[in-house]
Amino acid sequence: MAHILLRHRDIPNLNVFEVYKKNGGFEAFKNAVKTMKPEDVINAVKNSGLRGRGGAGFPTGMKWSFMDNKSWPHYVVANADESEPGTFKDREIMEQNPFQFLEGVALGSYAVGAHAAYIYLRGEFWQVAAFLDERIAEMEKAGLLGDKLFGTEYSLRIHTHLGAGAYICGEETALLESIEGKRGQPRVRPPFPPAVGLFGKPTVINNVETFANVPMILANGADWYKSIGTADSAGVKIFSLSGRVKKPGNYELPFGKTFRDLIYGEGGGILEDRPIKAIMPAGASSSFIVADDKALDTVLDYASVRTLGADLGSASVIVIDDTVSVEWVVNKTLHFFKHESCGKCTPCREGTYWMLNVIKRIEHNRQAEDVSMLYDVAKQMQGKCLCALGEFATMAVTTGIERFPADFGR
Amino acid sequence: MSLMEKYPKEVKQILAKYPPEFKRSAVMPLLYLAQRGEGYVTKSAMTEIARALDITETEVASIIGFYTLYHDKKEGRYRMQVCADLPCALRGADKFLAELCGNLGIRVGETTPDGTVTLESVACLAACDKAPMFQIQSPDGIEYHENMTIDRTMELVEALKRSGQEGR
Repeated sequence: MAHILLRHRDIPNLNVFEVYKKNGGFEAFKNAVKTMKPEDVINAVKNSGLRGRGGAGFPTGMKWSFMDNKSWPHYVVANADESEPGTFKDREIMEQNPFQFLEGVALGSYAVGAHAAYIYLRGEFWQVAAFLDERIAEMEKAGLLGDKLFGTEYSLRIHTHLGAGAYICGEETALLESIEGKRGQPRVRPPFPPAVGLFGKPTVINNVETFANVPMILANGADWYKSIGTADSAGVKIFSLSGRVKKPGNYELPFGKTFRDLIYGEGGGILEDRPIKAIMPAGASSSFIVADDKALDTVLDYASVRTLGADLGSASVIVIDDTVSVEWVVNKTLHFFKHESCGKCTPCREGTYWMLNVIKRIEHNRQAEDVSMLYDVAKQMQGKCLCALGEFATMAVTTGIERFPADFGR
Repeated sequence: MSLMEKYPKEVKQILAKYPPEFKRSAVMPLLYLAQRGEGYVTKSAMTEIARALDITETEVASIIGFYTLYHDKKEGRYRMQVCADLPCALRGADKFLAELCGNLGIRVGETTPDGTVTLESVACLAACDKAPMFQIQSPDGIEYHENMTIDRTMELVEALKRSGQEGR
C-alpha cells in the first residue's frame, strides 16, 4: 500500500514546494476555503473516524466541534513537542513531508475559524523549526497563507514556537502555558482548551501526525479513510519501533496488523535472533506487555492493545529481549520521570523522587521490602496526580513488578 | 550592547508572532536570542527582557531555571548532550557515554580543560532509532549527530576545538 503520511518514501523530494504542489498539494485547503463551510470540514473529519495520534486517541472531529463559538478569537495549536522516550515520528513528518502537515494545520484552522495557529516544537528541534519557518514563508509567498485567501474573507497565519527542553510541555495545558511565556506546568481542568485555551480563548490542540492525516481525508473522502484500518481505529498509524530490534525506525501501517507483523516483519526480528521478552507499546510511559504468542498476535488498534492491559498511546513500540532486566528498564524510566516532573503537584513531585531513591537502593542491594515499598509508592500516586505524567511514571513500576516478578526477585 | 540594539530585526519578528497584549509569550524566543554569542543569558539581558515584556526579573529567571536548554552561566562553548534514555540505552548509549568520558578525560557534567566541550547526559531527544546519538548545543543553535561512533565523535571534537580557537 502507498504511504498516506510518510508519502515522501514514495515521492522523492516531497518537502520541495513545487513537488508537493504537483502531487495534488494544497488543493484540499483551497477547495475547503472556497467551497466548503467550516462545519463541513469538521464533519468530514468526524466521519473519517480519525482519532488523535498524540497518545490519547480522542476523536479529532469531535474535539473540533467542542470549540466554544461564543468566545473569540479561536486558536489552533500543533503539538510537535515529541518527547516521549521511544517516539520519533513527528520529526520525520516535519522534515520530509512538511507541507502535508502544514496543510493539515491550515485545514484545522479553517474548520474552527482560527486566524492564527502555533506549532509548538520541542527546543531540540531547532533546525526543524527553522526549516518549517522557510516552508511557511513559501506558502505565504504563494498566497496559501496570509490575508483574504483565495479571494475570500478568510485569513490565516502559522507561527512556530520553540520550547526549551521539558517533557511536560507535551501535556497540552502545560504546552499552552509555555507558549504564554510561563513555566510549562499543567492547568487544572476543567475548563478544557476548546473552552479556555491559549490566551484564555478556545483552542484546538492536535499532534503533528493527526494534522498530517487531514489533507488526505479531505482529498479522498471520509469513507475512503474509514475503509482503512479496523472498526475501532480507522486509518493508518506511524509506529516508532526502537529497542532490541534489527531494523528500528518509523513504519506506517494500517491499524489491524499485529505486533508480530511490526516487530518480526517490518523490524526484522530481535537483535542476534534472541528471544523477545517484553513490549512497551507507548514509550516510557507504557505498561509492560509480556511478549508471548498471544501478545504478538494481538491486533494493533486502540481497543485490542487494551485487552493486554496496556495502551497503544503514541505507538512508540520499545522492544525488550531476554538480555535485559525489567528492573533495569524501570530504573531508566524513573530517572526520566523524576527529571521531567514539573513539580506542581505533590504526588508526582514527591512520588517520582521517592520511587527513584528506592529503585537505586534496589539496584545496589535488592531487598524484598524495598520492592514492596516501590510498588506501594507507585500505587499511591495513581489517580492522584494533576496530569497524566504522574500516572505515566507509575505504569512501568506497577506492571513491571506484577508481570515480571522474577526480575525483582519475587 | 543591548539585545534590542544588537538584533532589532529579530526582536521585531519575535514580538509580531504574539498578540500585543500577550507579549510575555516572547520570553522564550528572546532568551534564545540572548544566548547567541556567549551561550548563556547574562544578568543584563535578563533585566532587559523583563523590562521589554513587563514582567519581573524573577519571572524571567524562573523560565531559565525550568527549561533545560537555557543557561545562566558560562560553560564549554559546545555542550555535547548525549541521550542515555531507555531506547538509546537499549542500543548501547550507556557504554558509548562511558567511553566518551574516557576519551575526553572528563566526567558527565564537566568541561574539557580548554573550555571547548561540556559533556552532558540528557533525556530522550526523539532519535531512538539512530542511537548512539547526541546533540551539540552551541551559541548558534542545536545540531543533531546520529548513529555515532567514538571515532567519529572524537573527530568532531577536534573540529570543534579548531573552530573554537579560530573564533577567538
